[in-house]
Amino acid sequence: MSLITVERKILEKNDEIAALNRQLFRERKIIAFNLVSSPGSGKTSLIENTIQCLNHKIKVGVIEGDVQTNLDAERIDALNVPVVQIVTNGSCHLDAMLVRDAFSKFDSHVLDILFIENVGNLVCPAAYDLGERMKVVIVSTTEGDDKPLKYPAMFRNSEALIINKMDLLSYLNCSIAELRKNALLINPSLKIFEVSCTSGEGIGKWCKFLIEMSNHDEKQG
Amino acid sequence: MHEISIAEEIIEIVSGYLPQAKNISVKSVMINLGKFSNIMPEALKFGFEVLINDTKLNGATLNINKIPLTIRCNNCGTESELDEPFFYCPNCESGSVEILTGMEMNVIEIELND
Repeated sequence: MSLITVERKILEKNDEIAALNRQLFRERKIIAFNLVSSPGSGKTSLIENTIQCLNHKIKVGVIEGDVQTNLDAERIDALNVPVVQIVTNGSCHLDAMLVRDAFSKFDSHVLDILFIENVGNLVCPAAYDLGERMKVVIVSTTEGDDKPLKYPAMFRNSEALIINKMDLLSYLNCSIAELRKNALLINPSLKIFEVSCTSGEGIGKWCKFLIEMSNHDEKQG
Repeated sequence: MHEISIAEEIIEIVSGYLPQAKNISVKSVMINLGKFSNIMPEALKFGFEVLINDTKLNGATLNINKIPLTIRCNNCGTESELDEPFFYCPNCESGSVEILTGMEMNVIEIELND
C-alpha cells in the first residue's frame, strides 16, 4: 500500500482563472459585480433599473448566465448596453472560465462596471469565485424573511444585500426588520439596500453607491 | 447541487498524481470538507462513484474528513466552534470574527493498491 500526500484545493483551477479575471478587470479599470439570488428575485430587473438610473453616465456591460434561453440578454440589449449571454445547458452556476470566455466577446468596449448575472440559485454560485470585486445577493420580499438563515453561505460571501419588491410588502408576511436581523447574523458587515424595481424606490441610493465605488476607484488610479 | 462538478475536479487532481504504469489502481482518496462548504457528502460520494467508471480511479473509495466551523473573535480573541453559521462570538457577542476552519474543500491523500 502506498500513500501520496496531496493537499490541493479542489477548486484551485477555477480560483486561478478567477485571479486572472480579477487582474484583467483591474487593468481595464472595471468594477465587476457577481449578482446572485434565487430564480425570480429580480436580478435582471435590477440591472435594467440600474442602467436606466445611471443613464450612460457610467458605462455598464452585462454578462447574463442562464440555464437556457437568451431572454435576459434581449432585455439588456434593448437598453443599448453591451451584453453577452452564457447558456449553461443545465449547469447550476457560472464558473471563472465561462466568464473569461464571455468577457473576451466585449472586445473593444470601454466599461466602468460589469454586472455578471449568475444562474438563479442560492447554493452553488457561492462556491465559485468569478474574479468579481464583490458578490451582491438579492432577495425579494416574496421569498420571506428567513432566506439568509436557510442559505447562509451566499449571505456570508456577499458584501451587499439588495431587498427587492419592497412595493409588495403590505401584501406579504415578511418583516424587513427580521430579514435584516437574519442577514446580519450571518454577515454583520453586509451593506443593505431596500428597492423596488417596479416603483423605482431605492434604486437611486443603490446607484449612488455604485457611482461612489467607481469614483473611488478612479482616484485610486 | 454542484457536487458532480466538485467530483470531476477531485478526479482530475488525483489523475495528475497517478504513475503511468498500467496496473496502478486507486484504493481510496481522502478529502477535507468544511462544514460551511455547502457540499452534501452523500451527493459528492455518489457523483464520485458514478464518474470514476472507466478511469484509473475505478473502484476507489472517497473518504471525507468533516472539518468543523471554527472562528476567532477579533474583539476578545476567543476561538469557538459554531454549530450554526451565526457569525457572532459566543463569548463577547462581537460580530467581528474571522473564520478559522470550516470552508475547506481539499484533496489530502491518495492511497494506491499495490
